Amino acid sequence: MSPSHTARDFPHRHMLGIADLDADDITQILDLSETLRGINERPIKKVPTLRGRTVINLFLENSTRTRTSFEIAGKRMSADTINISGSGSSASKGETMLDTARNLMAMNPDVIIMRHGASGAPALIAQHVNCAVINAGDGTHEHPTQALLDCATIRKHKGIPGQGLKDLEIAIVGDIDHSRVARSNILAMTKLGARLRLCGPATLMPRNVESLGGPETQERVRVCYRLDEALEGADVVMMLRIQNERLGAGTSRFANTREYSRYFGLNRKTLALAKPDAIVMHPGPINRGVEMMPDVADGLRSVILDQVAYGVAVRMAALYLLGGGSLGAA
Amino acid sequence: MVDRRVIADEAAIARMLRRIAHEIVERNQGAENVALVGIRTGGLHLAERLTPLIEAIEGKEPMLGAVDITLYRDDVFIGLPRPEVGPTELPFRLAGNNIVLVDDVLFTGRTVRAALDALMDFGRPKQVQLAVLIDRGMRELPIAADYVGHSVQTTGNDSVRVFLSETGDEDRVILRTRIPDES
Repeated sequence: MSPSHTARDFPHRHMLGIADLDADDITQILDLSETLRGINERPIKKVPTLRGRTVINLFLENSTRTRTSFEIAGKRMSADTINISGSGSSASKGETMLDTARNLMAMNPDVIIMRHGASGAPALIAQHVNCAVINAGDGTHEHPTQALLDCATIRKHKGIPGQGLKDLEIAIVGDIDHSRVARSNILAMTKLGARLRLCGPATLMPRNVESLGGPETQERVRVCYRLDEALEGADVVMMLRIQNERLGAGTSRFANTREYSRYFGLNRKTLALAKPDAIVMHPGPINRGVEMMPDVADGLRSVILDQVAYGVAVRMAALYLLGGGSLGAA
Repeated sequence: MVDRRVIADEAAIARMLRRIAHEIVERNQGAENVALVGIRTGGLHLAERLTPLIEAIEGKEPMLGAVDITLYRDDVFIGLPRPEVGPTELPFRLAGNNIVLVDDVLFTGRTVRAALDALMDFGRPKQVQLAVLIDRGMRELPIAADYVGHSVQTTGNDSVRVFLSETGDEDRVILRTRIPDES
């Protein structure tokens, strides 16, 4: 018979942000992705669980890795995945977001995975469709599956079994201001018990970011403006990409990439400040030579490719938990 | 009202497993190329018990594996509680081997259908046989067991549960019957 004995179902209809999840929900997703990961290493990399379900990848902002990761995840769970990307879609022809949503609903999808340049777009869509919506990154708001795959990777390498990320010291370095990855990670990692040091130039550090998740994050998050302060004794070093496309012309936040690299770039010397067994992470794509030097990115302590592998597994878990129900609780 | 009846105790379960071990060896002419695959979690405990029994008869341990069928169920999304998917572990090649699927209770046959699909995703076994401790009838699919510990006639009001010492219980099989109130 089935080994499921625990009483509680996954209590969410959508995955719009880590803010909606509690530590128990996050742990459930991480545990499930640990099991599903094995499917990706089998000769037949597919299970029939979501057979006949339709998953729409609605990516109205450029992305290759996240979209590919979701697409592979859907296919490995046997769902039919359809990609709609920004350029050439009706959005660029002037259709409103709600009209897009209504049109998609007429095709009866079971899950819509949405990336959008505007914060809150997936939440808006979720109110107007009767299928599950997964946020694949919206503006500078959240990118929940990225945070989940980061937590899965850290838990695997550094966590004590059964204790989440308890008491791990995690440094997140770079452009915190524009980073939805950082926001989702701040929420997820503190919920799992980690302590965070956020580091970057003052011009790229949002004000009061410590209290992003209320008192819970406030006591676990520290802001540093010097790299050595952030790295000292860290178990995990996560470097964020300098997002040139978001650092638009006329709003210069730092003099140039060479200067940024000098003060905030991770190289062998600065990495030596962290714990000797610290792991190095990056959500990709890396600007080699800017936020991270190639010898660190390709070094033994880099778990960047593990992050990619967990990306598929975590998204399979999300699709499994959200893609099945007909009309669950809101 | 619920009527509870013990239909097999520790000694009876041990005897059934010994007989099934002999039957497996006889049918497969030894333990060569035989792999026991337990269906998580009850079936796996039974497969683990059969392994030394077969070794005692043949002097050779059969291979041992486990399948988890959660992702292959046909009712995954009909009221399945919080899913707990265990690993499928098949540390041997399926091709060329005789696989004996092991489960505790054979009922509708849907679990076995799912386990067969899961197995086929890992390779092409030479043969698949089915061993169950209890066959309670009421099949919904054309599936039959090759080795049966004990057959019992049941109705839709019954439930059959196998308790094993591996999960902290006393070894026994219990048949529960719900008797509708007469008012």
